[in-house]
Amino acid sequence: MNLQYVIRRTGVFILVVVLAVTVNFMIPRLIPGDPIEEKLSQLTATSSGNLVTGIEEMAAAYRTQFGLDRPLVEQYVNYWRDILRLDFGYSLSNYPETVSNSISAALPWTVFLVGTSTLISFVIGSLLGGLLAWPRIPRVLRGLIPVLMVISAVPYFLLGIILIYLFVIVNRIFPAGGAYTFGSTLHWDLESLGDILHHAFLPGMSIVVAGIGAWALNMRGMMISVLGEDFITLAKAKGLREKRIFLWYGLRNGLLPQLTTLALTLGYVVSGSILVEVIFSYPGIGYKLYQAIQTKDFFVVQGIVLVLIVSIGFALYVLDLVYPLIDPRIQYDVR
Amino acid sequence: MNAPVLQVDSLHIHYQTLAGMVKAVNGVSFNLYKGERLGLVGESGSGKSTTALAIIRMLEGPARIIDGAINLSGTNLLALSDDEMRAVRFDRVSMVPQGAMNSLNPVMRIREQIRDIYEAHGKLPKRSELDGKIAHLLTRVGLKPEVAGMFPHELSGGMKQRVCIAMAIALQPQVILADEPTSALDVVVQRQVMETLGNVQQELGAAVILVGHDMGLMAQFVDRIGVMYAGRLVELASVEQIFKAPQHPYTQQLIGSIPNLEQKKLFKGIPGTAPSLLDPPSGCPFHPRCSEAFEPCTLDVPPLRETAPSCWVACHLYEKVVSHDHPA
Amino acid sequence: MATAQALTQPVTETRPRRRRINWLLVSGLIIMLALILFGVGGGMIIDKSYAQVGAFLPRMAPDAERLLGTDSQGRDVLSVLILSTPNTLLIGLIAGTVGVGVGVVLGLLSGFFGGIIDGVIRTVTDVFVTIPGIALLVVIATNVRSINVAIMALIVASLAWRFPARAIRAQTLSLRERGYVQIARLNGVGGLELVIKEVLPNLLPYIAASFVSTVSQSILATIGLEALGLGPQNEYTLGMMIYWAQFYGAILRGFWWWWMPPIVIIVLIFVGLLLTSSGLDDLVNTRLRRSV
Ligand SMILES: Nc1ncnc2c1ncn2[C@@H]1O[C@H](COP(=O)(O)OP(=O)(O)OP(=O)(O)O)[C@@H](O)[C@H]1O
Ligand SMILES: [Mg+2]
Repeated sequence: MNLQYVIRRTGVFILVVVLAVTVNFMIPRLIPGDPIEEKLSQLTATSSGNLVTGIEEMAAAYRTQFGLDRPLVEQYVNYWRDILRLDFGYSLSNYPETVSNSISAALPWTVFLVGTSTLISFVIGSLLGGLLAWPRIPRVLRGLIPVLMVISAVPYFLLGIILIYLFVIVNRIFPAGGAYTFGSTLHWDLESLGDILHHAFLPGMSIVVAGIGAWALNMRGMMISVLGEDFITLAKAKGLREKRIFLWYGLRNGLLPQLTTLALTLGYVVSGSILVEVIFSYPGIGYKLYQAIQTKDFFVVQGIVLVLIVSIGFALYVLDLVYPLIDPRIQYDVR
Repeated sequence: MNAPVLQVDSLHIHYQTLAGMVKAVNGVSFNLYKGERLGLVGESGSGKSTTALAIIRMLEGPARIIDGAINLSGTNLLALSDDEMRAVRFDRVSMVPQGAMNSLNPVMRIREQIRDIYEAHGKLPKRSELDGKIAHLLTRVGLKPEVAGMFPHELSGGMKQRVCIAMAIALQPQVILADEPTSALDVVVQRQVMETLGNVQQELGAAVILVGHDMGLMAQFVDRIGVMYAGRLVELASVEQIFKAPQHPYTQQLIGSIPNLEQKKLFKGIPGTAPSLLDPPSGCPFHPRCSEAFEPCTLDVPPLRETAPSCWVACHLYEKVVSHDHPA
Repeated sequence: MATAQALTQPVTETRPRRRRINWLLVSGLIIMLALILFGVGGGMIIDKSYAQVGAFLPRMAPDAERLLGTDSQGRDVLSVLILSTPNTLLIGLIAGTVGVGVGVVLGLLSGFFGGIIDGVIRTVTDVFVTIPGIALLVVIATNVRSINVAIMALIVASLAWRFPARAIRAQTLSLRERGYVQIARLNGVGGLELVIKEVLPNLLPYIAASFVSTVSQSILATIGLEALGLGPQNEYTLGMMIYWAQFYGAILRGFWWWWMPPIVIIVLIFVGLLLTSSGLDDLVNTRLRRSV
């Protein structure tokens, strides 16, 4: 593998992490006023006596967290040290839960929901797009193209709202929200699994369906140009069966650049999925982020933002390194 | 002479375009014999590729075969269903593509792309034999067996074209179509690749139709030459005859326009513009550019006639020496 | 291969170039125009007090009088919708303009001058492109005290330059190699003049396409932030309509007339912008085909 490419790409990933940490550190300090002080006094003002002790501890934790009396550089260094220890401080609204705990409780749900449905969406959409580019497809299917265009224009979470209306309010088929039946405890058995899938179905569908349009249209574009290539003509001349040509000569070549698109749009996918979680009160990090914003729980907001940026940055980093290995055509563009 | 492997009989092919019907092939008939090398020449747009593609039924888009028959040792290819035709491709008629650079699937190893051919025709050898068979094929076209494990981007243009030739002979077809197989390669490689094609063709005893512009290459490679003009075969004769005693005025000009290194003569080109295929001239399509045209030329299309043994011309000038009317 | 040329006189052109109407572009522009008319024109007709809290009884289903009913606070949904549409479009427009403006400058500098400038700009762009926009925007928005339409636009614009910068850099790189730019350079036309006179005009179609998709992405980002509750609290926008509908449980309580209309308008905006940008793409590609 091209060393220069790997080094450059690694540098970019490190810079992404540095940027994320620095932004989290700088922005609250750049903007006048102290939102956390405000939040604390607001809590003290509204809460009854039993919370007050907790708040003082919290205030102490908060002061060490920020170490506001120290010089900026030292604060910055300390901030880094904490982050590298995965110490993002305490949740302001669920004291004494730590931000790390709070995030690690939510993360698996997001990985499950968003990961699975994005994969399904990508596969179905790409196949559909590939088929739509195939000249011998029935004409009726062509009518799907404008439909896909409209679907691709609907943001994930808006589709979620519509699905809730149709399948929760009008037809009571699916639960309105949550990841499992409220109050039940989860076990490793079929019943729990069924419950989880039942709850994940609608939010999953929002991500799957809303994504299909864009994947299909993009893949169709890729396939049309692939199908014009000489190697497709020769494959036909070789007397290969259509299925073989479609899958191994067409789809396979269209799919690889489609993976690049997946990488490029991963940020969008995750942003969209965050809002789907909000609409469905799905207990992943998107919903957690929403709750933290509502309760002005700044440490949690920062922690989640950091986790999002770093994990997506890492995923893209790995994808960029792996891609040249799976696509033999790839040219390293070091220009 | 032995029986022909391929008989093309009054083939008519049109392209339906927005501007109207492009009459690309208008009654082309010829025979191709076992082991023979036939060259098709003619200016750009004269219908050479259209004819060749029709034989393997790979015409694209707006092309319509209006009339005619293509007989491959007894099978009328034009009457086959799509799936029957699929089975014929590369098994009985194969082709070497023009654009060797992009004719191989970039994400498959060469081995897989050759294997595909056997598999599609139900001739996949046993696993233990396949690698040896592929290695043998590659050696025959002058490649190292290791090429099987490579991806197309690891090969040079000439190597890719050799791979294409290897694929074309994999199932030992009776006819190999080669439409400008080397035009994308540089001159030195061109000759080598043509030699390879010639060698394997000879070993195989397959007949070859070579489409091309390069008269020099034709002279070296083929046995007979068919000259096409505006979708018609205007002359069909042995290489010696075409070069030494061309009969059709178009062939004469064509041969005359080849620059001759000894005489350092500048090359002339053929005066006049190529005919419109949308609205072809009446009579002989060449008459507007023909210096020897006389009355009947504007009225009747001259049929292809044998004027000397194995020498066929479609020209009114040779009316008197008629013997019989079907090409041999 | 000299002998080839004797035979390669082209047959007369058989395919005519008939001008096709660019339906994608036309229908996209019509939708956008209709939306602007709905928002701006509608805003001139309606009584703005209808959109205030407590103007009517809350949660009234649509009837002949209140065509889209009222929300939990007694606001007339149609009036709120009419006032929200231009604000959301405006945010997209400002963010798109700023984003593309910055993106074009960066892309041009990077593509045309190369060297260290290119290295720096390209690395910065790569870093920012990797970042999921919403994450960074959330940090900014949670820390900004009071958000209005203009501030919202600027927040979104702070990331809107990324993709334009990338696209323009790539186009500039390819333009730089073209003959006429090379000739102008040989004739001693200086850097900045060359960029403005030769490169920029040829980039216009790409800039237009890039602008439309940036507006679209900016509106998507705005609506996302707003749905999280990080939008203008005291101004009407489509995203805030969704937020309040969600906040007051309108979806689960079946008040479809409250959340459906903003969704319809949002979808229309995205479809309109998608059609426009596909249409522009076609235009650019046709131009390319002609010039080849
Ligand atoms: N897909 C198509 N659609 C419309 N017309 C076509 C198409 N393909 C070929 N033609 C027309 O058919 C005629 C014959 O084309 P053909 O490709 O057979 O010529 P050729 O002799 O192979 O030329 P060249 O030497 O340039 O390869 C030309 O006039 C061409 O314009
Ligand atoms: Mg040709």
